[in-house]
Amino acid sequence: MSTATTPPAGPGAGEEATPPTGPAPATGAPRTAAGPARRFPWTDVVTTVAAFVLAFLVGAVLMIVSDSDVRSKFAYFFARPSDALAASADKVGGAYGALLAGSLGGVGPITETTAQAAPLICAGLGVALAFRAGLFNIGGQGQAILGALLAAYVGFTLHLPPGLHLLVAIVAGLVGGALWGGLVGWLKAVAGAHEVIVTIMLNYVAAGLLAYLLTTTAFQRPGRTDPISPIVDWNATFPRLAGTQLHLGFVVALLAAVVVWWLLERSTTGFAIRAVGANPHAAATAGMSVARTTIITMALAGALAGLAGVQAALGPSASGLPVPLSAGIVGSIGFDAITVALLGRSTPLGTVLAGLLFGALHAGGLAMQSVAQTPLTLTTALQALIVLFVAAPALVTKLVPFVRTRKAHTSGPVPQGGLAS
Amino acid sequence: MTALDPAPRTDAVVPTTTETVESPEKRRQRLSTGVLIAVVGVLLLVSLGSTTGVARFALSDAFDEVQLGTVPLPGLPTVAVCAVLCLLAAAAFLSGRVHGRLAALAATVAGLAVVIGFLTWAAAGRDLPFPVSNQFAGTLSLATPLVFGALCGVMCERAGVVNVSIEGQFLAAAFAAAVVGSVTQSVTWAILAAVVAGVAMAALLAVFSINYLVNQVVLGVVLNLLAVGVTGFLFDQLVQPAASTYNNAPVLDSIPIPGLSSIPFFGRVLFDQNILAYIAIVAVVVVSVVLYRTTFGLRVRSVGEHPQAADTVGISVRGVRWSAVLFGGVLAGLGGSFFTLASTGQFTKEFTVGNGFIALAALIMGRWRPVLATVMCLFFGFVTQMASQLQTLSTPMPSQLLLVLPYIATIIAVAGLVGRVRPPAADGVPYEK
Repeated sequence: MSTATTPPAGPGAGEEATPPTGPAPATGAPRTAAGPARRFPWTDVVTTVAAFVLAFLVGAVLMIVSDSDVRSKFAYFFARPSDALAASADKVGGAYGALLAGSLGGVGPITETTAQAAPLICAGLGVALAFRAGLFNIGGQGQAILGALLAAYVGFTLHLPPGLHLLVAIVAGLVGGALWGGLVGWLKAVAGAHEVIVTIMLNYVAAGLLAYLLTTTAFQRPGRTDPISPIVDWNATFPRLAGTQLHLGFVVALLAAVVVWWLLERSTTGFAIRAVGANPHAAATAGMSVARTTIITMALAGALAGLAGVQAALGPSASGLPVPLSAGIVGSIGFDAITVALLGRSTPLGTVLAGLLFGALHAGGLAMQSVAQTPLTLTTALQALIVLFVAAPALVTKLVPFVRTRKAHTSGPVPQGGLAS
Repeated sequence: MTALDPAPRTDAVVPTTTETVESPEKRRQRLSTGVLIAVVGVLLLVSLGSTTGVARFALSDAFDEVQLGTVPLPGLPTVAVCAVLCLLAAAAFLSGRVHGRLAALAATVAGLAVVIGFLTWAAAGRDLPFPVSNQFAGTLSLATPLVFGALCGVMCERAGVVNVSIEGQFLAAAFAAAVVGSVTQSVTWAILAAVVAGVAMAALLAVFSINYLVNQVVLGVVLNLLAVGVTGFLFDQLVQPAASTYNNAPVLDSIPIPGLSSIPFFGRVLFDQNILAYIAIVAVVVVSVVLYRTTFGLRVRSVGEHPQAADTVGISVRGVRWSAVLFGGVLAGLGGSFFTLASTGQFTKEFTVGNGFIALAALIMGRWRPVLATVMCLFFGFVTQMASQLQTLSTPMPSQLLLVLPYIATIIAVAGLVGRVRPPAADGVPYEK
């Protein structure tokens, strides 16, 4: 047990390393009676920044090692080190420059960042909500696929008036995700099936279902032989601000964050979720139904991931029209969402910020790929590295000198260990 | 139990009483198993409507020296018999009158009936016979990497470290095998490189989980993502532009065991595998022996169950966990190399397609025991191979849905047949002095 390093106070700080509740993640310093009730999480901010720096350093090394031109210059490093260093700096600077320009350099890139962030925020909230109940929702991917599937289906089969059509499509996506997530909760509550296994398997089932449906007449675009759906109606597309990539989906994502905050911090259901997450036995003793809470949480988490799928299916692409349904419609949202929730320390505000950061990374990654010919997969590696460093503040404080004076807390954002309930 | 019985219980009484009260847990598991079998039985009955003609099962394929011919089974009667057998077994489970050996028998009968019934339904009236020997041979080769993965998980989790990153270890190892195998054109070096990559991933897992106390499930997911990212990036940047230099590893030859391999049917199925499959079988024995018959194994299990107690008697909890995780890394590395070296010798992005997760599921269904986990791996191999065999028969089921059969089987198995299982007590709990 890591009681020694978990924050000593706060409603959630039990034996298990619970996520800090509320928007103020606890710092490692013991809170005294005279101390302020909530302190700005400087340690978290510094650790996160340091984690970014470290991750980008590792990314730079990866780029240098894998580039044959640069490597060839390292062959005569001791004869003329300037060549190798200049080539490395060129390579790394070019890639990271494109990354920055593609995510923050102007209105276009910034709104592209929000467009990329919207689904990440939604799916991240789904993962975070489940974390708070002590559940590992690795199934964001499948839930998002179901959401995208139903939202797009409503989008291209029904022909409803503006406004209503979009609303119905969103609700369909939410329901799809909620069913797929709720199934996991139900299997866990009734049969004791571990949610990590079931969610992972359901991801593959959802992908197979999508692949199958795209070959049926209901989903396949008439006259096409490849698995692609008709284009979603204009009425069901998220409207966007003219000339930018900022669309209504981003507002919906922020709204979802507010709803999740209210649910967790102000509602009875949210209290049950947090109580079950902190200690299921205590919650059961207090008269809460752990089974019911599990099912509700997974359904809600699934609905949020489904909303991410809705964003993918109904959000306008650069051309203004939504991307038609195909096998890769949701990309890797489900897995990115896990990193978003972790970086955001499972709080709604943190998830929004983390979603924006990784949204920027994605938007910039696309630019990096086209401008600097650096593969997009680098952003996946960067994302994993960032979260890895953030999850181990003790390592960061060891590697980065300035953080050393402050003791970082080692609490992971998730309670409960063991791979079976 | 007769706990309230005033008479003192003697040892002689307990085994002879047939009247035992089952726990709610057992009862629920028995009922869910019964319902599950009943549902399958009903499904088989429903499928009678679409069963026509004769299902043929080929016992040997065209390349075998000894031809065993094909076994024809009349479609309708066979499926009907299988459905009835399922329903009978379901009734046995639901009635609760069947215990012990009889229950095991009922489960076996139900399992066989499900498989034979389903295959007969799928193969009835098709032009091609269902290749039985291919089915078994394919089962073994599909199960090989799963066995390595599950054994890796057994080592880690018995020591108290949850390993969700088997997938990532596979991926890193497969990548290393492809690149090093291509550069050296040597299978040995490829396997060694895969083992090194597996151990390196395992070391990451160990550092962050044992030394930095990061939540292990989260860590596993992130490590998987890291493996996807790093192998994907290196593949795009380094391997893809020069595929003939970096992605052209040699392929393992199958090694027939002299004598045994010429036994009809079984010879080709069992004794004509590549070296990794034989190593897998050895690994099952080694892990079992190490875990249950050596001091090290006892220490591994003790730090997984009660690290404080182990620490008290002077066992280095961190040291034992580290060595168990690294040993697991060796196994996962071997498993990862299988993906590259037993197929085309080439790496493609994310081509371990969830096998690491299936190994994890097999490990849980196998209750953290090496042999039982291996049996579960064979089960997955069987289902996967069946799905791909049926694809070629152009069965009534669409191929996309056939491909998800193993995953659905996993969910059903985890939810319906296994129920709640008890992991090692300290599984996933970091240890701090």
